[in-house]
This record gives sequence, structure tokens and C-alpha cells, in this order.
Amino acid sequence: MTAGPSTPLGATQAGEPVLPDLVVVVLGAATLAVVAGAGLMLGATTVPATGVMSALTAFDGSAQDVTVVDVRLPRVVVAAVVGASLGVAGALMQAITRNPLAEPSLLGVSWGAALAAVGAQVVAGIGTAAALVPVAIGGAAVAGLVIVVLAASGRAGLTPERLIVAGAAVSGLLAALVQGLLVLDSESLEVARRWLAGSLTGASWDALVAAAPYLLAGTALSACLVRPLSALALGDDVARGLGVRTGLVKGAAALAVVALAGGSVALAGPILLVGLAVPHAARALVGRDLAPLLVACAVLGAVLLIVSDIVARIAVAPEELPVGVMTALVGAPVLLHLARRGVTSA
Amino acid sequence: MISGLRLRLLPAPAPGAARTPLVLVTTALVGLATFVVTLGLGEVSVAPADVVRALIGQADGDGAFVVTELRMPRALVACCVGAGLAAAGVVLQGLTRNALAAPELVGVSAGAHAAAVVVIVLLPDLPTSVLPACAFAGALATSGLVYGLSWRRGTSGSRLLLVGIAVTTVGYAIVLGVISTVEDLIHASQLVTFMAGSVYGRGWPELGAVFPWLALLLPLVALSIRELDALALGDPVARGLGVRVEAARLRLLVLAAGLAGSAVAVAGPVGFVGLMSPHIARRLVGGAHGPLLATSVLLGATIMLLADALARLAFAPIDVPVGVVTAVVGAPYLLWLLVRGRTNPE
Repeated sequence: MTAGPSTPLGATQAGEPVLPDLVVVVLGAATLAVVAGAGLMLGATTVPATGVMSALTAFDGSAQDVTVVDVRLPRVVVAAVVGASLGVAGALMQAITRNPLAEPSLLGVSWGAALAAVGAQVVAGIGTAAALVPVAIGGAAVAGLVIVVLAASGRAGLTPERLIVAGAAVSGLLAALVQGLLVLDSESLEVARRWLAGSLTGASWDALVAAAPYLLAGTALSACLVRPLSALALGDDVARGLGVRTGLVKGAAALAVVALAGGSVALAGPILLVGLAVPHAARALVGRDLAPLLVACAVLGAVLLIVSDIVARIAVAPEELPVGVMTALVGAPVLLHLARRGVTSA
Repeated sequence: MISGLRLRLLPAPAPGAARTPLVLVTTALVGLATFVVTLGLGEVSVAPADVVRALIGQADGDGAFVVTELRMPRALVACCVGAGLAAAGVVLQGLTRNALAAPELVGVSAGAHAAAVVVIVLLPDLPTSVLPACAFAGALATSGLVYGLSWRRGTSGSRLLLVGIAVTTVGYAIVLGVISTVEDLIHASQLVTFMAGSVYGRGWPELGAVFPWLALLLPLVALSIRELDALALGDPVARGLGVRVEAARLRLLVLAAGLAGSAVAVAGPVGFVGLMSPHIARRLVGGAHGPLLATSVLLGATIMLLADALARLAFAPIDVPVGVVTAVVGAPYLLWLLVRGRTNPE
């Protein structure tokens, strides 16, 4: 049985796909290619499309080629990877908690990763990307565990809205601790003040290589979990009736979230609200069926972050804004819309 | 006739209402004792008796100088900030009938903070005394925005908080965007400290900036006690009691924005004081707004004094931002309120 839109497991009365799958795939790939090209062309200096092509195919060490290949290319690739990871992580969190507002930065998972990474830098002097990635993932795991415990606490567990308020409390605490650490160490501040809102300045292949195994593992895990998670959308009891071990599936999905969100934070900082805006937009495009939804989230997340980064680069050139400023401006209206509409379970 | 009706409809006196005078006197004494003791603590240690002598001008020498010229203005600023945030919390909780509507949770602090940071960075020569007015404008804009956006046949509790979280996220992103463009690293470090919430280095000029606001606005809130009590009974009853509900709400919202804005202007968005103080006060003296306001203001000042003493002493000689201390205490308190589920924000 395939997890297509018509399978009973995917039951999508409320969210029929708006566009056929093939159209979505072609459109997504084309959009991604266009924005990636724009990401290589635009910035403090504009490189024409022909210049980008020649830099990629016949690198000759000129300043323009170095800009395109050594500065902008890793940046665009990291933006795509981080955006895709956060989009998928958001969709997974929303699937496990059945809460359309669940998202790494709102629930504190990103801040756990950020605190661990900043703490390792300030306290233990760990500065290499390879060492920071597992630390950040560990921090994300601890924060995620706190959220899981909170979500299950109280008489009947927290309502979706209360879970978000609880997440805001956890995020507020962790962010305050990060700021406290940075006050102790002004050297870390120079880098971290940009990184705090999410930044792709200084994105490098080294960092990407260090984070790649975790991000790939998280992606593979989420791909394996598509069918049981789809069953979970029907409610825990139905899923159990269908032979899904709900606890195991939720735990594995949480692990995938931690790997994806923690790896992203290690690469680019706690970028705000991407995991909220992207699944929401993806649902409007491809419906609620989980398999196409996750793919759409990956593509849309990549597109959103590349575009946000382009805007962050050119908005106040030659200065740069943190990319998280852009994603917050995109994500906040989505949060407002969901808040005003009234939260029902996802 | 009307007053008889009001008597009958006022919230039933809490079990502890009879002990209100006792609670008030005790809280005031504890606050005073905290003030005297914490003034004596630090690198130069001064005995409480000597602190009192210095305060009434009966001592001179280094100890007296440290107490009256270095520590006292900062402690007084901390008191004003705590009192202002606590009063803003009482007013916001009263006018929204939402136990979690604290200035830091509904976006009022974030708006004040963003406005203050933008003004500090764009107009560095502006005198401190003008800053509260700018922060007030920011607080007013965001509180109006949050109230307007969450209004839909009454402000449902969770919607108010979610809209507040969205607005806070945008304010946070704006502040980080501004900080990341600041050239001077020391200035950036000060702004990060300010972001966490701190009264480090605050003295007479800041006291002169914040105190007039408190002295003006607190009596105005006290004059609105009757309206706050009436609003607690629900809009129809409040109308029946002769309160012009919308006008009263608007006026109270402006007062809360002024109280929170002036506090945030000198100390940054110190978290959780505006949430904790009214909650603890309500447990002590019940829900009638007169005793509640007085107790909350005293508690807010005391909490800030204690938190700032901890912030000064815990990692001496390094000053931790006081907002880190209040977050470490306040975030678990908020989580406890949420999990316990008796705050009933829905």
C-alpha cells in the first residue's frame, strides 16, 4: 500500500491536495533552482548569471569567482539544508503533538541547542564546528525532553495553546541563560550576536560536513516514519488498532526532530519560526497527507531560507541582517493567523 | 442601592482578606529589611546597622559612600522597575481577566524594549530621561496591536498569549537585527545585557527617568481600582455597575503600557516579575484589586531587590544580568502554573 492521497491511512477530508503531485515536484524543483541561482548572483556585489556559470564551470581564481564559489555557494547550500531540516522538523513536531503551532524555536528545542553550543564555547572553549554539532544536538535533546514531560503533565496533558505558552517560558529561560553567558565572555559575543537570531554569515563546508551525518540520519528516520505517523494522525487509539507502536513511533520522530533541529542550530543558530511558517504553507499547497507534505516542507523550507538570506544580505548592504529577522517577519503573521483562527488539533 | 448591589457582586472576600493589613505591613517590612541588608552586601561589606546609619546621614567614610552613592541609586532603580512591572501585571491581568497576562508575556515589554533599543542606537546622544517616553510609545503601540488582534467577542485567554508570543518574537528579531549592525563591540555587549534585563551601572539619572512615571501612574491606577474590580465580574455586570467598559479598558491599557514601558526603558525587558508578583499577592490577599495592587507593588520591588543582589553576588566580580536570575526563578514558576492548570486562561 502506498501512502498516496487516496489511502485510508492518509484520510484527508479537510486538506485535499490543491495541486497534483507531479506539478508540485516540477514547480518545487524549478523554484529551488531559480532562488539558488539568485542566491549566487545577489549580494554586496551583483554577479551576472553568465559570471555565475563561468565561476561554477571554469573557476579561475578571480575575485568574482571566489565570491561565487567560496563565499556564496556554501552559504546557499547551507541555507537550503537548514531550511529543509527546520521545515521537516516543524512538520514532524506538529505530527507528534497534533499541535499546528509546534515548532523548534517556539517550543525551546532550538534554544536548548543554542545554550549548549554557546555554553561549550564560553565555558569549555570548544570552537570547532565538528565538536559543536553533537553538543548542540545534546542540548536540543534535553530541551525536547523537558517539552515532552511538560506536554504530558497536568491532569489531561497541556492543551495545544498551553504547550506553546510553556514553550515560551522554556525558550525565555534558555535565551536569558544564553545572554547571561555572552555577558561573561565578550569574545564569543562578536560571533554570537549575529548567530543568536540565526545567521548564515560565515557558512562553510567544514561545518556542513560536520552536521551532515546527523541531518541525513534525521531525514532518513523521518522518511521511515511516514506511514506510522500518518496512522498516528487518526488518533492514538486508531493507530494502536492498526498495529502501530505509538510510543516507539513518537520517540523515534522526536529523535529525528532533535537531530534536524540541533544540527540546524549548530550550522546557523536558532532561526525563528521557519518550522511554523513552512508546514503551514506546505499544507495549503499539497494537503495533509504526510509523505508529500514532508517533501514539500523540505523544498519550501529551503526556498524560504535562501530567499530570506538574500534579503538579509541586500536589505541594509553593505551590512547584513541576521536571517532570523526575515524569517520572524514571515513566521509571525502565520502565528497570528493561527492564533486568531483558534487552534484546533492539526 | 447601587453600592449595595456592588457589595453583593464583588468577588467573595478571599479567606485571607481579613489579614490584608497584616500582610501589607509584613511585606513592607520584609521589603525594607531586604533593602537594608542587600545594600550592605558586595565587595565592600557593610553591616546592616551601619547601612541604616549611612542612610540617615549619620555616617561617613568609604562604607557610607559605597552605600549611599553606589548601591542605593541602583537599588532604588531596581525597586521602581519591580514595582512598575508588578503594577503593570496587575492592571493587564485585571483588564483582560487573564491570569497569565503579564507585560513580558503579552508583548508589552518586547515593544517597549524594541523601541528603546532602536532609539538608543539611532540617537545615541539622547538623554536618559527621554528614553521612558520612547519605550512608552513602543509599549503602547504593541499593547494596542496585541489587544486589537486578539479581540474577537472578548479576548480569549490563549489567543491573547499566542498573539503576545508572535509580537514578542518580532520585537526580539528587530532588537537582534539592530544589535548585529552595531559596529562597537562594547556597545553591542551593553545592548545584549540590556536585552537580558539589567540594572548594572544604573544610578541617579536613571532613577530620575523612571521614578516620575511611577509616581504619576501608580496613583492613577489606584484611582481605577473600582473599575478593575468591576471588570473582574465580567463586562455585562461592569456595565450594570455604571462602568464605561471600553473607555476604562483603554485607559487601563495606557496606564499598563506607561508602567511597563518606563521600567523596561531603564532596565530592559526583565522577565517574570510582572507575572510572579501579582500571583503571589493574590494568594496572600485575594482578588480585590486595592490590596492586590499594594501587595504586588511591594512584592515586585522586593523580588527585584533580591534578584539583583543575587545577580551582583553570585558570580562576583562579574555582574550577571538580573533578568537571568528572574528567568531562572520565574520560568519554572510559570511552568508550574501551567501544569497545575488552575490559572484557567481559556
